[in-house]
Amino acid sequence: MLKGKSLTYRIVAFVLVVILALLFTFPLYWIVTGSFKTQREINAPAPSWWPSEWTIKNYETLMSKMKAPLWEFSVPFSQYFNDDGTATVVSTGPTVPAAVRWMLNTIWMAAAAMLLTCLTAALAGYALAKKRFIGRTLIFTLIVCAMALPKQVILIPLIREMNGLRLYNTLSAVVYPIVGWPFGVFLIKQFAEGVPGEILEAARIDGAGEIKTFTTIAYPMIKPGVGALAIFTFINSWNDYFMQLIMLSSTKNLTISLGIAKMQAENSTDFGLIMAGAAFAAVPIIIVFLIFQKYFTKGITMGAVKG
Amino acid sequence: MRKSSSGMSRALVRRETTAGYLFLLPSLFFFIVFVIYPMFMCIYTSLFDSNMGKNTVDVFIGLDNYKELFQDQIFLRALKNTIVIVVVSVPTVCAFSLWVASAIYDMHPAFTSAFRCIFYLPVVTGSVAVTVVWKWMYNNYYGIFNYLLKGAGVIENNINWLGDARYALWCIILILFTTSVGQPIVLYVSALGNVDKTLVEAAEVDGATKTQVFWKVKWAQIMPTTLYILVITTINSFQCFALIQLLTSGGPNHSTDTVMYYIYYTAFKLYRFGYGNAMGVVLMVIIAILSAIQFKLGQTDS
Repeated sequence: MLKGKSLTYRIVAFVLVVILALLFTFPLYWIVTGSFKTQREINAPAPSWWPSEWTIKNYETLMSKMKAPLWEFSVPFSQYFNDDGTATVVSTGPTVPAAVRWMLNTIWMAAAAMLLTCLTAALAGYALAKKRFIGRTLIFTLIVCAMALPKQVILIPLIREMNGLRLYNTLSAVVYPIVGWPFGVFLIKQFAEGVPGEILEAARIDGAGEIKTFTTIAYPMIKPGVGALAIFTFINSWNDYFMQLIMLSSTKNLTISLGIAKMQAENSTDFGLIMAGAAFAAVPIIIVFLIFQKYFTKGITMGAVKG
Repeated sequence: MRKSSSGMSRALVRRETTAGYLFLLPSLFFFIVFVIYPMFMCIYTSLFDSNMGKNTVDVFIGLDNYKELFQDQIFLRALKNTIVIVVVSVPTVCAFSLWVASAIYDMHPAFTSAFRCIFYLPVVTGSVAVTVVWKWMYNNYYGIFNYLLKGAGVIENNINWLGDARYALWCIILILFTTSVGQPIVLYVSALGNVDKTLVEAAEVDGATKTQVFWKVKWAQIMPTTLYILVITTINSFQCFALIQLLTSGGPNHSTDTVMYYIYYTAFKLYRFGYGNAMGVVLMVIIAILSAIQFKLGQTDS
């Protein structure tokens, strides 16, 4: 394997890559260690590379600063029948630290976006790859064009639309546009191209209906693609700050990223508190990423094929 | 399938079409309602003087928003900043990620995977967490940059990195860089791993040097990947928003506005929706043109 590159070059490159890797992990290191430093240590003229005295005070402040009810269940669709456009709340949970509620909101939002995206994209991607129907090329062209445009420019009209639909300031307003974004369909279509037409043909001749053909033959074959899409959507919607920023406003409806941004705006120099928030927001999603990184990588590379 | 499609009976075509659309229906619903419709509305509203007020009615003003746009010094400055960000970050991101990928792709798989993860970390960490820690590192009094640079004797007095129009944009570009290389590295590692080995060996047998092998054989084969990376990095750089909003809010004195941030500012601080949408349309057109050019270049190259 050494062929093509000299040993010296390899060693130099390795050392350089290691240094770069350390630099790239430094912000994360700084977040985590910073979150355990005392106020005095953070405000000292010389930064300390390692907390000299560990404290969980920052996390205590994070948990006590803002409060929100743990959950709020409301009558579905009741916002369309109430005069003020808000839903009728039937059950309110105990008051907990707002950060906990934000975390629940974020998990719920990312999971809903993931499930809906996978479901709709699996069906649509399969149809686009394997069904020969009128208008197929047109729809596919639309999808590719939409993907090349910046997502953010549609967010302003989206706000008005969500207002009209009485979804503004709900997590649904964040979820639906993510589901509508056609990247998932494109990804699954690339994957479903690999399903041999003969098998589908054979199933049809055997008398299997469309749905049965999909669930028993096509779906198992595109499953790795759906897995990649699932983790990809989960992580991306978790971090989709702009969408969350413009769609959510009241404290109890925020996501964790928004909550931390809000705290940062209100306590801009309490770095210990902000780092505790940042660690609280980032560590769970990093763990998810590390567990599923194989599928995630696959999702990224699959999307680029013939991109 | 292709061959038999010409011979498909009419009933079969109808059946395929019905089934096809039924499968597409859920996805098309979300796509049309939450992507296509707002995209259309973006273009439509850009022709109106429209604000969020409950009682005011949108007034049709034709292309006035666009005319105002190209005389708006803040917009032009934002456009210039955006172009600077794109022009600086796209080539550096591509070159850097290509170099890192070529250094790590033929290591032991465990190392490749570990490095790939590490360079992807800033993306996964999330823009808010990344931005707040950088904000601290850039801080005038408590930041690590001032401490290190003063210690090394590079600067004499603390620099207010984000508050100084000379440095602020470059600080943002640096953070953007760290959050942009993750995906290209993943893509390049996979592309380099898929390079046809027989071609590389044939070139080596013919006495080609390492550099020649790289540029003449591998480069051509990873061209589609490079193209894709150029497009996504360009789009990402154009969309640079969270960093600006959280770090500088476009300041000092609009010196770090990007088009994306200025759109947000116009719509949500000045409540001028029509005007903001006009900028959105201009941004869409610019990105569409750039993507088209990049694809065209890629086609003639390969």
